[in-house]
Amino acid sequence: MRSQPIEAVGLRVVGLLGQLGAFARFVAAIGRAVVVRPYRFARLVAEVFDIGVRSLAIICASGGVVGAVLALQGYYMLVRFGAEDALGTMVGLILVLELGPVLTALLTTGRAASAMAAEIASMVTTEQLDGLRMMSVDPIDFVVAPKAVAMVLVMPMLSALFIVCGIAGGYLVGVELLGLDGGSYLTSLEQSIDFADDVAQSLLKALVFGALAGFIATYRGYTAEPTAAGVSAATTGTVVVASVSVLMANYVITALWRAYGPPGGV
Amino acid sequence: MSGGGTEQIRVELDDVHLDFDGRRVFRGLSCGFPSGRISVVLGGSGAGKSTLLRMVGGLQRPDRGRVCVAGQEVARLSERELFAARQRIGMLFQGGALLDSMTIFDNIALPLREHAKLSEGAIAEAVERRLVDVGLPDTAQLLPRQLSGGMRRRAALARALVRDPEIVLCDEPFSGLDPVNVRRIEALLVEVNRRLGLTLIVTSHHLASSLRMADRLVFLVDGHAVSGAAAEILESRDPRVVEFLEAEGDARAGQAEARSANPGGPA
Repeated sequence: MRSQPIEAVGLRVVGLLGQLGAFARFVAAIGRAVVVRPYRFARLVAEVFDIGVRSLAIICASGGVVGAVLALQGYYMLVRFGAEDALGTMVGLILVLELGPVLTALLTTGRAASAMAAEIASMVTTEQLDGLRMMSVDPIDFVVAPKAVAMVLVMPMLSALFIVCGIAGGYLVGVELLGLDGGSYLTSLEQSIDFADDVAQSLLKALVFGALAGFIATYRGYTAEPTAAGVSAATTGTVVVASVSVLMANYVITALWRAYGPPGGV
Repeated sequence: MSGGGTEQIRVELDDVHLDFDGRRVFRGLSCGFPSGRISVVLGGSGAGKSTLLRMVGGLQRPDRGRVCVAGQEVARLSERELFAARQRIGMLFQGGALLDSMTIFDNIALPLREHAKLSEGAIAEAVERRLVDVGLPDTAQLLPRQLSGGMRRRAALARALVRDPEIVLCDEPFSGLDPVNVRRIEALLVEVNRRLGLTLIVTSHHLASSLRMADRLVFLVDGHAVSGAAAEILESRDPRVVEFLEAEGDARAGQAEARSANPGGPA
């Protein structure tokens, strides 16, 4: 019976590979739906609006608070070295390179991607997707692809909004509360952030995180068990898997960017 | 297609086996549904009535055996080929399966907008006509959640019929409906069958309406089918069919007794 644990590990690995294969086929089907007619432009716009509006308040509020805390902590750290004029640089770089795309992805996953998974899973439960199939309408094309693509498109916009709110929050604390010079806060910010390097990296991260959140949410919903428990499992599974994937992808992108630099080099 | 007597068989299941969640649903099920006729599938809960319709629609593949629809073996078709094959099929699901983010009008118009090259005016006319047919003339702009379960099912029936399909699959169209609407839907199904000559396959627990409308009855018992004209089935000596009919008879006798004991009460 010694082989049992090895067999169990083997079965889990095979199961995981099978799931990865199914996920890859699912993403390929979305890709096909995007490029092949009919194009669902109106549905895509509606989804972009839906996800954007659904996440707007939480992104703005969180961005502002995170920027304020960064400025507060950063100021007392920089003051020890007499470098408080670099507060704008610190707040800006941390927000643009890390916290902007990562926190936006985590917040959007919790808010919009989980709702997306629940909506598709409940459509499975109530046979709405089967209803579409019986009308010769591909549910991947009609329901899934617009939602997944909308998430990819919305994430960079929300990330940019988070960063702007964060910088504003940092300005309020650093300049209005702690008395730093507003001009030096903004000048240091402007001088230290490079578009082709820092902003491009931030945008790439947001796009990749949007794809991860969108594809994982729609896959979890689409493959949900047609029960109430299935809807619940799809929702929680989306939040857990998408959040961990975002954090892991963040490290990989950062490491590769640092190793190879931005495309074209700077 | 094989013929059943002089009738052409439109939908045929041959030696179908299916296990579902570890439970054996069909064990060599064979039956045919004649073209242009109304066939009613009867059977107890869990007998596989809805699964049979899902197999005909290509939503469920059998483990073994053949499911032929209009000469095509649906179990062998790819998903893309199934989309083409389903153009001739309309299906009413038990829960309606209306898209809850769309109005009733948009739900019924969806198959026309997707597949028929019609103007919006013609689509609106077709949708309104079907809504009147199912007795829901003023619901076009409502969302499915604003309708009762029975009304949702009638709207779903309007969607299933809106493209005048050759084959219509109805999963429990009468469940949850009041007697007036049972009669209305029954009359509508008979009328579209006679007018358009479409092949109707209906699953039902409702024996009275089944007997009124069915050209053919299919009883599902223990994974097999007992089928024939309604009169033949009523004469059947198969103990499982007899048990089902007797249980239905008991229920009717109980209703009659209740009425005679309380003549002033509700019918």
